[in-house]
This record gives sequence, structure tokens and C-alpha cells, in this order.
Amino acid sequence: MPGPIQSIERAAAVLRLLARGSGHHGLTEIADSLGLARGTAHGILRTLQRVEFVEQDQATGRYRLGAALLHLGTSYLDANELRSRSINWADTLAARSSQEVRIGMHHDGAVLVVHHVFRPDDSVQTLGIGAMLPLHATALGKVLLAYDPDLSAAARRRELTSLTRRTITRTQMLERVLTEVRGQGWAGEAEEYMPGEASIAAPIRIPGGLVIGAIGISGAADRLCDSAGRPRATLVHQVVQAAESVTTSLVDEN
Amino acid sequence: MQRFVMAIDQGTTSTRCIVFDQNARLVAVAQREHRQYHPRPGWVEQDAVEIWRNVDRIVPQALRQAGITADQVVAMGITNQRETFVLWDRHTGVPIGRAIVWEDIRTEELVTELGKKPGLEEVRDRCGLPLATYFSAPSLRWMLDNVAGLRAKAERGDVLFGTMDTWLIWNLTGGVNGGLHVTDVTNASRTMLMNLSTRQWDPMLLEFFGVPSKILPEIRPSTEISGVTTRVVPGIKITAALGDQHAALFGQTCFEKGSIKGTYGTGGFLLMNTGNELVRSKHGLLTTIGYQIGGEPAYALEGSIAVAGSLVQWFRDNLGLIHSAPEIETLARTVKDNGGCYIVPAFSGLFAPHWLSQARGLVVGLTSYINKGHLARAVLEATGWQTREVVDAMNADLGVPTPVLKVDGGMTADHLLMQFISDVLDIPVQRPLVAETVSLGAAYAAGLAAGYWPDLEGLRRNWHLAARWNPAMDARHRENEYANWKRAVELTFAWARSTPST
Repeated sequence: MPGPIQSIERAAAVLRLLARGSGHHGLTEIADSLGLARGTAHGILRTLQRVEFVEQDQATGRYRLGAALLHLGTSYLDANELRSRSINWADTLAARSSQEVRIGMHHDGAVLVVHHVFRPDDSVQTLGIGAMLPLHATALGKVLLAYDPDLSAAARRRELTSLTRRTITRTQMLERVLTEVRGQGWAGEAEEYMPGEASIAAPIRIPGGLVIGAIGISGAADRLCDSAGRPRATLVHQVVQAAESVTTSLVDEN
Repeated sequence: MQRFVMAIDQGTTSTRCIVFDQNARLVAVAQREHRQYHPRPGWVEQDAVEIWRNVDRIVPQALRQAGITADQVVAMGITNQRETFVLWDRHTGVPIGRAIVWEDIRTEELVTELGKKPGLEEVRDRCGLPLATYFSAPSLRWMLDNVAGLRAKAERGDVLFGTMDTWLIWNLTGGVNGGLHVTDVTNASRTMLMNLSTRQWDPMLLEFFGVPSKILPEIRPSTEISGVTTRVVPGIKITAALGDQHAALFGQTCFEKGSIKGTYGTGGFLLMNTGNELVRSKHGLLTTIGYQIGGEPAYALEGSIAVAGSLVQWFRDNLGLIHSAPEIETLARTVKDNGGCYIVPAFSGLFAPHWLSQARGLVVGLTSYINKGHLARAVLEATGWQTREVVDAMNADLGVPTPVLKVDGGMTADHLLMQFISDVLDIPVQRPLVAETVSLGAAYAAGLAAGYWPDLEGLRRNWHLAARWNPAMDARHRENEYANWKRAVELTFAWARSTPST
């Protein structure tokens, strides 16, 4: 077993210090209290600030615990903020793939569609923001299940509703598919949600790697898949690239 | 060899260079911000040399990013922040002071003084604009009056004037070595010095503002700039120039009479194409040139909303009720309606269609029931109702209701707001797939001039719908709410009247 990681221990000490007493401390105070070099303390504080566990008062320069610590168990990123940050990348994906694009987050045992871009062919389409999709039968849902152990455990306990002849209804099968998703870094689905339709999706992560949502395309199965029924490699590449771009933009702006 | 079109978007805070392909897809983006100078309260200036240096860096950078060479660029289009201008020495190319930005209000007193001169109605009639600090002419007059020796130099013909398009084109085409001194009609239409009917500098307007004609550039149609770069990356044809809001109208392919685009950022900018008809607004809108492709211009009506996204920023920064701007939607969705609360964000007066500079903001309808969710709704709804007022004015001026609103800008990510705008206008709201409508409009104009795209129809085919919101509000509810909003706006007038003047 590897030994304890010193920087994590030090970060924990910084948080404990800020959690007691006045709760407001300057860099020098923190460094002196913990016996750390100022540069080291500064690096730890900057990192904690980045993950929003610590905030810096703009006027005084002092540090305090961040609001994110109070909401550790709830949402990591506001759904509307995710839409705002990813809108250009979702547009680019729709333009490149010529398919409609959705961004989904988990909500109440289903995929909540937080953003939707029409298929750019000017046909009549309905904006699907706010719609709920099944987790086990869509590519977006499989991504969310694959990276959330609690969610996939809950899915195993529930009955997997059959929506088409191809919907995965056996938990063992679903497990195998989710392992595959984690291995390849994206999910696909052909006619499991709706006959004639397919979808491809990839995970959106926040700094540290936590998956908070998924971005994907959907459309006619014969457009999205090759003759063997496998998602087309070029489209998979475009989806994965879009997911990485959104992930990077979340890192940049933090 | 694949060919591309390049756009330079010289904006208020940054300058960007964007490369587009024939399907109007974005191939590369390079961007650099420039400094804002606030030497005194109300003064806003920029360094034109810094902006020129930024262009010098971003153009090669965009080419590298796209992996292409200059000979693959069919044409370059320039779009820019409007009204901002700079004066420079014709012989050295060195700016005389900094550029004065459209936000600068140093001419408040001068504008009041000029407003007492005879001929004010005639001025408005000729240039289509009300006298305000916002437009170039008052600031230009201020420079001529306040910089020692400037007027004499200007009258000798040693000084050149230019909005940012003119400054960049002059530099790109050689500067002191034969640089072209030109501007396009849309930029010229924002100076208060151009006659809307002749589309030339107007002697009466020059006389009114005391501006010597020798300093002014030649006015050309938007797609007849006809320059070639000799600096930065030599050999690229500069074929088009347009002011940024006009470029957005063009990029949204609002080519038909009666079509409207709304750009939602810090403020809101609505432009309606009125075709070849010069409509003089009876309802508080500005008359301007939409664009000019070839011989005939497309005129436009413009209604600006001073405070749109900036109200959300105020809610975030000054009240601290949200952490990030998009969270306003989350907070607004915690309640089902505004609870009877309305916010009129007349932070520095009201713009179109009221034009009341003394008005100040109000929050009305407060009861013990109102919580921060209701306030968040009222913040978003303020942008919706201000849009309704402007669109109503446009429809009244043109006599035909517009069937759809095309939107762009950062606030189009706010789903609740876009639905609300559709609800209060009772028409669909459409968002195009390419969000960069300003740059795209400049690229379109440039590509059209160079024959890269055949005609307007070809451009229209590139426009694809990314989202559409359909109206879903009950008619009676809509009209009740609108009546409430109007009452709230009237209260800001009353407040303005009751404030003792100092």
C-alpha cells in the first residue's frame, strides 16, 4: 500500500484551520500556523480555490471556506451554467456531424436534457430542453450510469423497462456494456430507445475527473452506424472531441 | 486549393480574427484584448496603436491555426465597434491622443449646448439620429475644441479622422505609404455627419458640428472597399466593412424588409431591415443604414436596450444573490412567476423607445411574499419587456408586424429568457447555428464582394436553425403583464421629474 500523500494532508490541515475561529486568514498566517513555506501554502490555497473549497476575499486578500464545501453532496455544476459554457461546442458538434446534439445531466433517476441543438437541416424540430430520457436506453444515460457507481447500483435494483426489441433489459448485460463504456470513453446505442434511431455520447468532466454530464448526438441509425451496426468512427471521434472541449472550457474558467 | 474568407472583428474590449469556410463554418479564431483607459469620470478611451498591433498579431495567428496561407484567403471583411474614432497625423500615422469610445460621456455639457442651437430638427432629419454623447460628432467637436493647435492642423489637411474600420483599413493598405482613407456607409451613418439620403458627408451637418471636411474619409458601399493589404500579411483583398450591429443583421441573413435581429449581450441591440425605404421613426427608434451591397442601400431601424445582460451582472456582483450569470435562470425557476414584482433597469436613463436620460431604475410591487426567485424572474423579464417595447415601435413604424425574431449573443444560452421573449412578442424566436453572427456578417459581405458566395440566396442557405422557441403565453395574461410593465416604466418618469436638479 502506498504511504499517505503529504499535499492532501496539508490541504486538510488548511481546511481545518479555516473552519475554526474567525474563519478568515491571510496567506502568511496560514503558512506560519501550519509551519509551511509561503510558496507551498500558496500553491495549496490556489488549488483549493480552483476546486472552490476555499474563497479569497477580493478586498482583504484573506481566505475563507468556499461555498462549494457546504454543498458537497448536492449539485457540482449548475445545469444552466453548463449550457452556457458548452453552447459553442455543442453548435460546432451539430455543424460537423450534421446531427442534433443534446447535453444531459442526471436528475431523479433519468437523464435531464439541459441543452439541445437542432439537426442543421432546417426541418421542423421541437426544442427538447427540460425533457427526461431513460438512463439505460440512451447513449447519454449510459455515460452517466457508467461513471456513477450509486446510479448504476440503483439501476440494477430497478426493472429495466423495455422500450424497443433492442432495449437492454438484463442487468448483467447492462453491467457489461457499462464496463465497455468506461474502457472506450464513450457510449453508443442503436434502436434501443426508438426504432430506427441511434445515439452516441461522451462524458463531460470537471477538474479532477468527476463526470457531471454527457454530450451526444442522435439521429437515424443508418446515418450514425456502419453496415455492421457499429457507431461510425468519425462521428465517435467528433463526439469525444466535443466532450473534451467542454471539459477543457470548464477547467479554464475555474 | 481550398479557399477561405477572413473577418476582423474590432470590438469594444477585444479584436478577433476569424476564418470561415464556404459552408460558413468557423475554421480558426485568434483574439487579443486591449486596454480601456478611464482618465476621468465618464471618459473612456482606447489606444489605437495597441489595437493596430493586436491586428498585426492575430491575423498571422489565425492563418497558422487554420493551417492555411494568405493566397487561400479570398477576401477580408472588417467589422467594428461603432461610433468609436481616432484622429491621426496624415504624414506620420501617429494618433493624436487616444481613440474616444462610444461609452464616453465627456460631451454631456457640449451636447446640451449644441441642443440649444437652431437647426436641431434638421440635424435629426438628415442623419437619422438624436443628438447624444454616444455618436462620434460631438466627441470629434470636443477634440477640435480642446486639443491645442488641432483645428488649424485639421483645416490644413494634416489630420485624418476615422472610425475603427477606417483606421485599420488605412494601416493595412499601407498607412503613410498610400493607405486608403475610406469608410463604409454603416459606420458613417453613426457619426451624425452623414446624410442618410445622399449617403455623403452633409455640409449642413459639418457646419452644425464645426467639422472640417478635409479630415473625413471617402464613404463607400459596404462591399466596395476595394483595398489590398500591404502590411501584416500582404496581398489579401479587403472587400467589405460594416459596423458590428449591421454585420450581425447581415450575418443573420435578415435580408427581407421587416426582418429583425436581436443581439443580447451587456446591452440589447435590435435592428430591423426596412428595405430601400428610409423610415423616419415616429416611435423613438434610430434610422440607420442596414448595409449597402452595390448601388442601393438597405435601410434599418435600430432600437437599443442599454441594460440587458448587465442587469444580471449587477444582480450577481452588487447584490451577490448568484455566483455566476447563468445561475439567474436556476434561481428564477425556483418560483413560477414574478409574484407581482417588476424591475426597470434605467441605470443611466432609458434608451429606445423612451430616450429619457434622467430616468432611474426601480423595483416595484414589493410585498413580504417576494423572494430572490421573484427578483431573478423580474431581472430576466426586464429584457423581455424592453424587447417588446422596441419591437412594438418597429412594427408601428413599418406598419407590418414582423413574423419572427432572430437572436444571437451570450444571453441566448438563457432558455427561460428566450422562451419569455417569444411569449411576450407572441412570435417565434430563432437562434442560428453559428453564434458568431458579427464576424460571419463581415465575412459574408467580403465573400459576396469577391464572388466567393454567388448571391444573398447562397448566404441564406448557410443559415441553419439551432433552436426555436414558440410563444406559449395566454394572450390575456400577456397583455396584463405588459400593462404592469408599462406602469412600472411610467413610474421611472415620475421619479425623474421629482428628483431635484443639482
